[in-house]
Amino acid sequence: MDLDAITVMLRSFWTVWLMVLLTGILVYAMWPGNRRTFDHASQIPLKDDGQEF
Amino acid sequence: MTSATLTSGATLGSQRVSEDVRYYEDAIRLFVIAATFWGVVGFLAGTFIALQLAFPALNLGLEWTSFGRLRPVHTSAVIFAFGGNVLFATSLYSVQRTCRQFLFGGEGLTKFIFWNYNIFIVLAALSYVLGYTQGKEYAEPEWILDLHLTVIWVLYAIQFAGTVMTRRESHIYVANWFFLAFILTVAILHLGNNMNVPVSWTGMKSYPFVSGVQSAMVQWWYGHNAVGFFLTAGFLGIMYYFVPKRAERPVYSYRLSIVHFWTLIFLYIWAGPHHLHYTSLPDWAQTLGMTFSVMLWMPSWGGMINGIMTLSGAWDKLRTDPVLRFLVSSVAFYGMSTFEGPLMSVKPVNALSHYTDWTVGHVHSGALGWVAFISFGALYFLVPVLWKRSQLYSLRLVSYHFWTATVGIVLYITAMWVSGIMQGLMWRAYDNLGFLQYSFVETVAAMHPFYVIRAMGGVLFVIGSLIMVYNLWRTAKGDVRIEKPYASTPHKAAVGAA
Repeated sequence: MDLDAITVMLRSFWTVWLMVLLTGILVYAMWPGNRRTFDHASQIPLKDDGQEF
Repeated sequence: MTSATLTSGATLGSQRVSEDVRYYEDAIRLFVIAATFWGVVGFLAGTFIALQLAFPALNLGLEWTSFGRLRPVHTSAVIFAFGGNVLFATSLYSVQRTCRQFLFGGEGLTKFIFWNYNIFIVLAALSYVLGYTQGKEYAEPEWILDLHLTVIWVLYAIQFAGTVMTRRESHIYVANWFFLAFILTVAILHLGNNMNVPVSWTGMKSYPFVSGVQSAMVQWWYGHNAVGFFLTAGFLGIMYYFVPKRAERPVYSYRLSIVHFWTLIFLYIWAGPHHLHYTSLPDWAQTLGMTFSVMLWMPSWGGMINGIMTLSGAWDKLRTDPVLRFLVSSVAFYGMSTFEGPLMSVKPVNALSHYTDWTVGHVHSGALGWVAFISFGALYFLVPVLWKRSQLYSLRLVSYHFWTATVGIVLYITAMWVSGIMQGLMWRAYDNLGFLQYSFVETVAAMHPFYVIRAMGGVLFVIGSLIMVYNLWRTAKGDVRIEKPYASTPHKAAVGAA
């Protein structure tokens, strides 16, 4: 099997790859252990930037 | 000032950062001034060509002032001059604060970007009026101007990404993801759609590398993603920074913002073919474009919910803070036009809507309602901060601007709905012998009243923007209008008392 054939075969599964990637992102976003990180991140724009007038 | 700091300090607990970072603001002020100026120019140009459609004598019989040459002046002025300067200002302002870092490459680089970008705008507008164009919608500038823009954009990418890479905040805030996606994708789109071969090194004329239906597909891959990444992802970056900032509460759901970002990025890039329904583009590609456009509805509304629900528990601020009203209404308009878009991409609907004024109305509900309104909100937020003023000259004038512009938009989009659907129905009407019932010119005559209404909507939008210019100018001067204050504005009252 040459490289072209492998590429063509892998490309035909692109819907699967995208779904795997999307599922991974959803799991990452919903992972309970990440809650603290995200809560902290959502406060970033509200931190006092010393520029309030 | 002290009380303002104390107020935010009290709501945020112990989140203050100790290190003192000096942010660059001189160049940001330049971008704010340019954005305000080009906004008025772009709205005036749009109103003028709207009047040309209603009253063709306004073409003045000159080639330079004909509709065909002035229309790209309008689109480039509002999208690239107004929208572009707003995006530079807001992205370079917020990236410093969300990364707790001054701009990578120094402020000289920002000023270089500013002057070159605005010179590019002037040269592009001049070239359209003189008749030089690639003939591609939103990609009209000829090859030499494209090269100039490429240099500017690469420098912007280096400055923005460099600031993110040297950040002192561990997490990259979601607004910066949207800005990064906007910068990167626009770079790729610009290079991809401008693969042109100049006829000579000394002339303006060039021909595209690809031809025929491939050229059309590349153009609409570019065109729709200009909407998706310039006018959407970039302005969503503004939403994710300025709505929480103005509402003084964190974004409704940070998890949703992550899902919003990745799904939007994945889906938008495929939606372009819906601009080529029922053309020589292969059927499967048309269906693909339609399918991805319909799927886009979900991330778009996820983002809208995230923006609007940020106000959850503080809805009263909509009544008392007209600046926040601009920001939140823009997100509501975003929801409306991202519902209409998928609907219009469905092939049978597109068979009625395509090439009609309905499309023009759809574009403007997004451009006036979403892009311009969120830009106005950001400008009203930025000017007092950047000119070190305790408050805006007048919140009442912001409210007048809001209502004038809103009525203008309503006139515009309702006129275009009626006109567009009527136009589509007249084009497809047959008489009982199987002949087309209406000649083309009859459809044009039927649209005349709606063209007039649309132009009136444009006039109102221009008046609103002039109210803003006056308000921002007096704010920068440090004036405060004596007026009835909005009731129950604890945070504004605190700022005002300082």
